[in-house]
Amino acid sequence: MSTGLDTVARKPLVLGNKTYEDITNDILAPVDAPQGKKWFALFLSAKMLFVFYILHIAYIIATGMGLMGTNSPIGWGTMIITFVFWIGIGHAGTLISAVLFLFRQKWRTSVARSAEAMTVFAVMTAGIFPLIHTGRPWLDFWLLPYPNQRGPLWVNFRSPLLWDVFAVTTYATVSSVFWYVGLVPDFATIRDRAKTKLRRVIYGALSLGWRGSARDWAHYEMVYLLLAGLSTPLVLSVHTIVSFDFAVSMLPGWHTTIFPPYFVAGAIFSGFGMVVTLLTLVRIGFPQFKDYITIDHMEVMNKIIMTTGLLVGYAYGSEFFIAWYSGNPYEVYAFTNRAFGPYWWSYWIMITCNVVIPQLFWVERFRRSIPVMFVVSIFVNIGMWFERFVITVTSLHRDFLPSSWGMYAWSWFDGAILFGSFGMFLTIFMLYLKFVPAISIAEVKPVLYVGKKRPASANGHGSSGGGH
Amino acid sequence: MAQKLKKKTGGVAGIWLDDHDCVVAARKVREAGFKNFDAITPFPVHGMEEAIGIKRSFIPYVTFVMGIVGLASGVALQQWTSATDWPINVGGKPFMSGPAFVPIMFELTILFAALSSVAALFAICKLPKHDPPVIDPALTSHKFAIFISENDSGYNAERCEQLLKSLGAVETKRLSHY
Repeated sequence: MSTGLDTVARKPLVLGNKTYEDITNDILAPVDAPQGKKWFALFLSAKMLFVFYILHIAYIIATGMGLMGTNSPIGWGTMIITFVFWIGIGHAGTLISAVLFLFRQKWRTSVARSAEAMTVFAVMTAGIFPLIHTGRPWLDFWLLPYPNQRGPLWVNFRSPLLWDVFAVTTYATVSSVFWYVGLVPDFATIRDRAKTKLRRVIYGALSLGWRGSARDWAHYEMVYLLLAGLSTPLVLSVHTIVSFDFAVSMLPGWHTTIFPPYFVAGAIFSGFGMVVTLLTLVRIGFPQFKDYITIDHMEVMNKIIMTTGLLVGYAYGSEFFIAWYSGNPYEVYAFTNRAFGPYWWSYWIMITCNVVIPQLFWVERFRRSIPVMFVVSIFVNIGMWFERFVITVTSLHRDFLPSSWGMYAWSWFDGAILFGSFGMFLTIFMLYLKFVPAISIAEVKPVLYVGKKRPASANGHGSSGGGH
Repeated sequence: MAQKLKKKTGGVAGIWLDDHDCVVAARKVREAGFKNFDAITPFPVHGMEEAIGIKRSFIPYVTFVMGIVGLASGVALQQWTSATDWPINVGGKPFMSGPAFVPIMFELTILFAALSSVAALFAICKLPKHDPPVIDPALTSHKFAIFISENDSGYNAERCEQLLKSLGAVETKRLSHY
């Protein structure tokens, strides 16, 4: 046994005796192969749901927001709830790709690409909701501060809703750029092994003519680090600002200082739920990825789910405590009504899915079991949708005057929009799995020898692993 | 056309199958007195920058300056629209509502800094490039190359080939353009 750092046993990040060439071939297998029947069936199902979604959106835009369940006093409904839900999901992708990069967590390399793709697609899905929720989406350009002939009348920069416009568009832009920069070297790999002219031209254009020169890599790595450093405060700011949409108002149940950290923790929690859901399915669809997205990777993510689940649970408790401690009767009522009023079931679904069920992950066997983690991740997704439902609807439905109390009028269109948005997300995700390498080739290769012995090279200076 | 081709510099490339060997070789090539040489690798190889003698990237300065520009434009945009061009009293708040303007100042800082870092990367690496010369298609997959340019001091094609071979290159190639 050697001493020092070598004694710290690290688990290998890539299983099997792979070479660099094997990594290229394994990861590009789905991109190289013609579309399988299974992929096509899944793609068509997602696409059907997407078409169903588009038709319902068209009907809502043509008819009006009255088709949704929103009414007086509940002016914010499924559109806003599902917007917050999808934006939150995006956060795990940035956490994996940027925050874990800054913390030098090498395990992130094989999950970062798909997690960040999920971010970009989830933000795209989310962005549609507030645009329709405005009621007259053809006037959505009014959200932007542009010189106009009405004065010019400018947007109100004191409104959290406008902050959201800036936060979400910046987030969408920066995370798409970050994702694309990561993809450039991998597109170059596809270009150089392309067998048809068309493929060479398309991936050649996408790769921007990347060559992999050491001078280019030096700048590239620096930009990657900078983007990670910029995305980290950005991702925290986005859900903070989303929470400001609620917290800056004067409504009991919304006007809470705990909202920003509570929303960010919830966002990471729900995002990791979605990453685990998607990656368990990707592992089934592409068995060769099991050597890269190993059970160890899944276990680490399950630990994060449990941790953030506890944070969210703490926030639920803290809200109740502060409501009682404040001595404000409206505040106390808002929270008692949440748990024991007419919407008690939504509150307890939230508690069960987000706080109780993830506790299974204290047991190592469950943490490392694919079926268990798949089911738990689905519950996390459900629970986090209900969390936003609880926050939005229960705080609004009992107004200050009992004469203006009401219930949310859930309609067919609420359900269609909620489920249809998965059609949009999954359609894009299926296309991504087919046309883009779902694991970062250039990032996995440097961690190939983490936790294993490096084979002796031609010049005979093989060294022990541990990564560099 | 002939004029165009003339501008391109040729040279000699050596190919390795192992990243560590390639780094060791790069250091030796540098010690042999070459300055204008480059490595082409499928992924950023640790230690390669030091071996070749590449300086630290200056892009962080671009990021910093453009971040400041973004912050300033956030201040200017909100100050000018809300307090100068058409001041409107919203809920009795001051026209220049400092704290309320922080989120957009922050977002514009990040947006400017991030996009200009990437723009700087594209400018420095001259991306997008049209049809860059391919030394070996596997250089974006599992092979590693060192390229010595013909305009380097002390360049001699045969001597360079021998040097690269002696450093363990499995293959050497003479290139008319790079």
